Amino acid sequence: MNSEEKVLTSCDNGGPMTLHVKDGRIIRIRPLIFEDPDSIQSWKIEARGKIFEPPKRTTVAPFTLAGRCRLDSADRILTPLKRRDFNPKGNRNPELRGRSEFIPISWEEALDLVASEMIRIRNQYGPSAIYAMRSSHHMWGVFHYRFSLWERFFNFIGHTEEWHNPDSWEGWHWGGPHTWGFWERLGVSPQYELLEDALKHTELIVHWSNDPDSTRGLYGGQESAIWRLWLRELGIKQIFIDPFCNYTASILGDKWIAPRPGTDTALALAIAYTWIEEETYDQQYIENRTTGFEAWKRYIQGKEDGIPKTPKWAEQICDVPARTIKALAREWASKTTMLGSFWGGACRQAYGHEWARMMILLQAMQGLGRPGVNIWSTAWGAPQPRDDEFFIPGYTSGGINIVAKKVPINPVKQAIYRLYFPEAVLSPPIHWHSVGFCGQSAEQQFESYRYPTPGNSEIHLIHRYGGSNIGTMTETNRWVKAYKSPKIEFVIAQTPWMEPETRFADIILPACTNLERNDIAEWANCSGYIPDSHNSTNHRVIVYQKRGMEPLGESKTDYEIFIALSERLGFKEEYTEGNTEEQWIEKLFYKTAMAQHTSFREFQEKGYFVVPHPKDYQKRPLLRDFYERGEGIRTPSGKIEFVSNSLMRHMTPEEERPLFPKYLPSWEGHQSELVRKYPLQLISPHPRFDFHTHNDAHAVWLAEIPGHRILKNGRYWWPIKIHPQDAMERGIQDMDIVEAFNDRGSVLLIARVTERIRPGVVHAYESSGRYDPEDPGAPNSRDRGGCVNLLTPSKMMSKRAPGMAPNSCLIEIKKWEGGR
Amino acid sequence: MPQYGMIIDLTRCNGCYNCQIACKDEFVGNDFLPYSKSQPLSGHFWMRIEEKERGQFPRVVMTYFPIPCQHCQAHPPCMKNSNGAVYKREDGIVLIDPEASKEKREILYSCPFGAIFWNEVYHIPQKCTFCAHLLDSGWKEPRCVEACPTQAILFGDLDDPKSLISKKIRNTEANALWKKDDLNPRVLYVGLPKFFLTGTIVLEELDECAKGAEVILHNKINGTSMETKTDAFGDYQFDGLLPGHLYRLIVKLKGYHPYEMEIEFKGDTTLKEIYLIKE
Repeated sequence: MNSEEKVLTSCDNGGPMTLHVKDGRIIRIRPLIFEDPDSIQSWKIEARGKIFEPPKRTTVAPFTLAGRCRLDSADRILTPLKRRDFNPKGNRNPELRGRSEFIPISWEEALDLVASEMIRIRNQYGPSAIYAMRSSHHMWGVFHYRFSLWERFFNFIGHTEEWHNPDSWEGWHWGGPHTWGFWERLGVSPQYELLEDALKHTELIVHWSNDPDSTRGLYGGQESAIWRLWLRELGIKQIFIDPFCNYTASILGDKWIAPRPGTDTALALAIAYTWIEEETYDQQYIENRTTGFEAWKRYIQGKEDGIPKTPKWAEQICDVPARTIKALAREWASKTTMLGSFWGGACRQAYGHEWARMMILLQAMQGLGRPGVNIWSTAWGAPQPRDDEFFIPGYTSGGINIVAKKVPINPVKQAIYRLYFPEAVLSPPIHWHSVGFCGQSAEQQFESYRYPTPGNSEIHLIHRYGGSNIGTMTETNRWVKAYKSPKIEFVIAQTPWMEPETRFADIILPACTNLERNDIAEWANCSGYIPDSHNSTNHRVIVYQKRGMEPLGESKTDYEIFIALSERLGFKEEYTEGNTEEQWIEKLFYKTAMAQHTSFREFQEKGYFVVPHPKDYQKRPLLRDFYERGEGIRTPSGKIEFVSNSLMRHMTPEEERPLFPKYLPSWEGHQSELVRKYPLQLISPHPRFDFHTHNDAHAVWLAEIPGHRILKNGRYWWPIKIHPQDAMERGIQDMDIVEAFNDRGSVLLIARVTERIRPGVVHAYESSGRYDPEDPGAPNSRDRGGCVNLLTPSKMMSKRAPGMAPNSCLIEIKKWEGGR
Repeated sequence: MPQYGMIIDLTRCNGCYNCQIACKDEFVGNDFLPYSKSQPLSGHFWMRIEEKERGQFPRVVMTYFPIPCQHCQAHPPCMKNSNGAVYKREDGIVLIDPEASKEKREILYSCPFGAIFWNEVYHIPQKCTFCAHLLDSGWKEPRCVEACPTQAILFGDLDDPKSLISKKIRNTEANALWKKDDLNPRVLYVGLPKFFLTGTIVLEELDECAKGAEVILHNKINGTSMETKTDAFGDYQFDGLLPGHLYRLIVKLKGYHPYEMEIEFKGDTTLKEIYLIKE
């Protein structure tokens, strides 16, 4: 190593890094290297005569290693930009958004214009006319993340808030709280100690809509990949239920069962039917730990609607042989079985809440909480001290707002639910239920809201932080239309890259990336609504994220941008309280439990801190107390609820979230009328080589991975996987460019003909970071970038559960003959 | 002098591509003379992954082959006629001299593993160096090895019996890729896939999975036989079949007519269901 090379640390969504810096350039990005691994106080698990110890090293997601490529991307915005035909004093030409070119302007001009427009709009309409939209996870760091600087800024000026839908785990959010509680965690469980539980006791894992090698327990790098190799080493069989033979299934799966999308609940009901008929469920547990089983049993047995939910019945719906369903049910019941599930595509479809409820209830029938019997992603649940034992603020904790003297409160009570943003602009008023993330109570899901609310203005100014929605939301041509509305007088984008939505701005403020600024954060730690998420890592690593290089071009840190704006708006002193970036980070450091073990200077110097595994570590496996003593479930009955009390309070039995879970045929599935016109079911899971849209298009090293993009005729195309039979019927060959379309839009993709997808279903990842319409700015223009969410339905999961359901999507595909 | 080698366990690889990306991170835009000049932004894969999809719906398996330069020790084809532009260090690392190899396109075409790439800017052939510049400055392993989340790739001194790589070679079956043992490559593979035949047995009358059926696969060319029993799903699988060979598959279960069929084996195969009929 050359002497002038500096070694620093950083972190992002995919894990912690060691950076090598030379001559003002980052020359190397590695998984964070522990200087003295032997000194790390780690854990080990003894199971079935073997000892399992995690390697004393970190692992990262592939996109993290592509950081250098992303940093220098051609998509980087290097100067402030103004839309060429935007004239704030004359014609604003909003209809040209998304089409026009941009011209570079000075920071002075850009900031003056943004500030004066914010003041003008606020004075003219009131603060509710300002709308601020932020992306999930376009950055990492407690100081810079959106709950910190961005939220502080907009709470000072006041804004109509954007309420996020839980886009990655919809079904669990809308179903889980009414079945097993955990509403404080938005419907999912914390998975405590389930790694050890599985290694010691589990005999079989049934992964249902679960691809942990691709989704990596959210932010856990690839820490859990080795756990699944341990499971294999112990001879624990793994069955995968998924219309797509996913990445984990295709290397570790002992059996692949491929139901049609939208039919998972029918499959689950038939499993329950088999257990009831053969009396292979835990009747004592059902009696003592659950409520409402008998009513549900009547439905299963057909005493309610005359249709017994037999494997034969399910076969007709799922296209999985009845004998396979029976064999699965028998294997599951006769072995100590872990359900491998957490989030997953089946929860992102019509009535996804019914599937999530069924997952919980199936395991309840097998004694959920019994050793080896639980619901476990296989990507969380390492033995880690919890937030309450060793506190480090996570990204949802509030950043500087937890250390500031004054915490601003948004004066505007009006909000817009993210999925309804286009309708809010184009066809108000709009009405919906819930605040989005319902973490205070299950009842929050039934509160009703409208926009605009009395006393508030409609929105007229948009500030866009990041720019992912065309790639990540549903029926996203709606965003294209909304951005062009003359009602929206001014659009600001603040982002490092040209993202799918960035082109719709009037002014672009170039922010720098993670790697060009300082921050502090624990790897994979969310806190707030997802406490203890760091148990997706083998070691708790807190990182001092050190600026690896000066911000590229004229780009600035988000803090610098918000300071410059707050100065023009007259609240700089209140915003900063006189603190520099470094001073805020130091204050945040003193909020952590780490401050009792190391000094800020030492932490800065070393760049990271590993939380020592406590010698007196107390193991409290998830729901073991509930299994043994009936303690720890926060439903109204304190039990797992087949018949949901919270739904009973607010819904009628006829509604789409019935009192106990039922199979409801998808409103856009294989039994729909629409299937005659659009016969293929599209599933679009979270991507393997991207995190939302924020990595994809900006890193050619990712585009070179054939599972991610494929180079043909000078363009990196987004792949769509299709079964050979479906391809043959359409005259499509492997690597042909194809048009995927329905009434909502059209996307050009590259066909991958593969046996890994079941017939009748096609698979293309959501979250393309490239939106490349043939006719820029025109709604419904054919996209070449790969944004398949242009095709997905905007219809909500069910009538009163406003979750998105992109996996209920019918399309047709044809070979594309254009462009030759 | 250590003798460097690499061992890649395909059964531990999940196809994450970290090795391919880490390699690019090391060499794109960075010169490490005298061993390597910088790699272009895209199009080179000094550590390349080849993907192989095996079998048919509903039994499909993926295998990923990470393929760097194999650092052949016995008459490396790239060294032949290179007039010293390709050379081998004492520790076994095969290197292409970025100066001496200028305009020597024949080096590019010499590699049977497709591990050499042409640099259009410098007009030189380029490939994996085992990160020789890092080893020289005290690193223990190349970037691809460090980035592997499952330790599917190990690197070390083949002459040191205590090294992880030596232990792995002792305890497993490690082979050269594509049977190129004659080149004596320094990169060895564990878990090279063998061709499989798999399928499902069904009891026709009951429409149940035939659990515990006896399945025999007889190779009619070399006379060998394999035997297995179906699992709870009625599934069976045989590994290590030989393409081009003729096989006879026999299924037996008490109370049912035995079933037999001939198979001309072409490659990884998922057979359609076999239905057993009651006696």
